[in-house]
Amino acid sequence: MEKKLYTISVYSENNLGLLNRISTIFVKRHINIESLTVSASEIENVSRFVVVVNMTEEAVKKIIGQLEKQVEVIQAYYHTDDEIIFTETAMFKFKSDLLFENPQIQNIIKEHSMNIVTVNRTFFIVEKAGRRHEIDAIYDAFAPFGIAQFVRSGRVAISKEAMNIRKILGEIVQ
Amino acid sequence: MKKTERIIGAEAVVRSLLAEGVDIAYGYPGGAIMPIYDELFKYQDQLHHVLTRHEQGATHAAQGYARTSGKVGVALATSGPGATNLITGIADAQIDSTPMVCITGQVASHLLGTDAFQETDVISISSPITKWNVQVTKAEDIPGAIAKAFYIAKSGRPGPVLIDITKDAQLAELDYAYEKCTHVRSYKPVPETNIEKVKEAATLINAAKKPMIIFGQGVILGAAEQEFKAFVEKTGIPSAWTILGLSALPTNHALNVGMVGMHGNYGPNKLTNECDLLIAIGMRFDDRVTGDLSKYAKQAKVIHFDIDPSEIDKNVKTDVAVLGDSKDTLAKILEFVQPKEHTSWLHEFRAFDNIEFEKVIDGQLNPTKEGLTMGEVLQGINKATDNDAVIVSDVGQHQMMAVRYANFTHTRSNVTSGGLGTMGFALPASIGAKMGAPERDVVAIIGDGGYQMTCQELGTILQTGTAVKIVVLNNEFLGMVRQWQQLFFDKRYASTEMINPDFVKLAEAYSIPAKKVVKREDLQGAIDEMIACKTSYFLEVMVEKEDNVFPMVPTGASVSDVRLS
Ligand SMILES: Cc1ncc(C[n+]2csc(CCOP(=O)(O)OP(=O)(O)O)c2C)c(N)n1
Repeated sequence: MEKKLYTISVYSENNLGLLNRISTIFVKRHINIESLTVSASEIENVSRFVVVVNMTEEAVKKIIGQLEKQVEVIQAYYHTDDEIIFTETAMFKFKSDLLFENPQIQNIIKEHSMNIVTVNRTFFIVEKAGRRHEIDAIYDAFAPFGIAQFVRSGRVAISKEAMNIRKILGEIVQ
Repeated sequence: MKKTERIIGAEAVVRSLLAEGVDIAYGYPGGAIMPIYDELFKYQDQLHHVLTRHEQGATHAAQGYARTSGKVGVALATSGPGATNLITGIADAQIDSTPMVCITGQVASHLLGTDAFQETDVISISSPITKWNVQVTKAEDIPGAIAKAFYIAKSGRPGPVLIDITKDAQLAELDYAYEKCTHVRSYKPVPETNIEKVKEAATLINAAKKPMIIFGQGVILGAAEQEFKAFVEKTGIPSAWTILGLSALPTNHALNVGMVGMHGNYGPNKLTNECDLLIAIGMRFDDRVTGDLSKYAKQAKVIHFDIDPSEIDKNVKTDVAVLGDSKDTLAKILEFVQPKEHTSWLHEFRAFDNIEFEKVIDGQLNPTKEGLTMGEVLQGINKATDNDAVIVSDVGQHQMMAVRYANFTHTRSNVTSGGLGTMGFALPASIGAKMGAPERDVVAIIGDGGYQMTCQELGTILQTGTAVKIVVLNNEFLGMVRQWQQLFFDKRYASTEMINPDFVKLAEAYSIPAKKVVKREDLQGAIDEMIACKTSYFLEVMVEKEDNVFPMVPTGASVSDVRLS
């Protein structure tokens, strides 16, 4: 079976030790995590992990089983890229002089509809949310001018289908 | 509103344990858990604390207790080295699904993360080997954490749980009231059973010409022995066991066809690759059971009964998965299966049994060589206990011989470290096993190697007066490793030969009656004396030094390539 990018969404109790438990499930099986984000979800006190992995569907199903086995995991799902809406955020920092010395930089910012986060005498920061390939393209465009700092977030994703966590919590309660 | 009482956290720990029906706990004190020990002192009439000689011993004793009694085992330890000494037993309980609650003391919360004296991050260390764990830093959270711990440890697929309690939480006051936990919203211990799957499974079973059952500990953990037996008898299906399924069906049952796996019986291993339907019940297709997965039961349809959805398709692709509690699913399927006999198919198993008897078993039970065999020791124990002892085995050749040759009449009689293979398990586990089943004969079968990993627990036997019968099968080798060296490393016996102490003197130093047997004519008499003895007893049997366990499925081979020599 072929490997693919899968986005795993894990709804869980908001518990300190859970990140450790979840990451060991991947590490133990030598699965490289492409990206991992943890945040609040739409439900109070429920966290949401978004984990991107490159693996076969058969293997990802087993991972879902192991994730759901954790006492504090409410439900885990996996999706292919066409089943979700997803994005990453990137920030770039430059010396302020560059903005005046290289007008191309301004063009790149405009072309990609980037947000200017801050500008001062010494540096400026621009930001962009988008897909990995868009951010890579921006990076490549900026690179020749000297990027002072670059950072990219993990993927955040929302599924097209409903994930009925409230219902599941309700079902488990009664 | 429930009535509350103002007490300190440490007392809340003991009161909560009592509220869970705990009357015995195993452990070892130290600085960070002293307030709890002080309360154990006050409550000693209600809760018997057994001081083991090592924290690992406390976990194995708690496991042994859980395995024979069906209740949750409890182990306590201090922070730092006390907590880390629990780890082997916790890992063992996790892989063998044994319900256990471990309570560790922890440094005061203001010292957490400062590398304080005896601070270890036991929560992180134990995360991959516990079903659940939690650190408690506030006294008022103690009763809730303990209630949740017991619920999680024993519900669904059981497992070990650890609660780490900071010293300040033990000393602070709280308004105590206890309420048992009956649900955790994110946790579904028993998956719903789909009746359509039960019917599909029954259809396959009714149509099968050569069906075979492999049952695991899931039958015992689900307390489904009756339902299982009824199912086996109605369908007439030959039934083989995994090492942890042993004793769920009496050894002498007409449809019991022996053990599967690496040192399992010839017939069930061979016929796994000839059956047309494989029915797995509460077992997990461990690699020691399946050998090479790409050559495992490929011709058969597979039905898998399990309580843990993550076991389905994990190792072996299933045609029909029946999720749920074995007691319930086996009762359900009984209605849909037709009464049958599989006489000629069963005969195929018995034909392989005859070959195995001739090539392997006869030599063990009726030896012509001078040296004593492990098999004849087990046969002597069967005789002396009327096939009804609790056999607690350690890990190695003697373990395989114990499970192969011991006979069982009642369930929960086989206590061994299956998934982890923990040498040193048996002696402390036998203490707990006897306390969990005081009316039964509990016989520990241990190798000379494993015995020396935890033989300090003789002190626990001395102090508690627990009447366990200890049998050391002494081959003066780390026998199982030596066997592999002989078979796969051209007899290069690297670090497997043992120069041993005088084991009889060692036992006597602990006031345990002891005997050593070197000759065949003394064996049965010594076993009978041991079983008749009202107290603990130590028996050392000098066995053939370089005997091997067969049949054997070499690692990586197919189960049908099982070797008889
Ligand atoms: C804690 C631990 N260390 C090492 C091993 C590897 N091991 C498996 S069996 C065995 C030999 C056991 O020797 P002994 O206790 O004398 O029993 P025998 O095989 O001779 O019956 C060893 C070293 C193990 N299972 N557990």
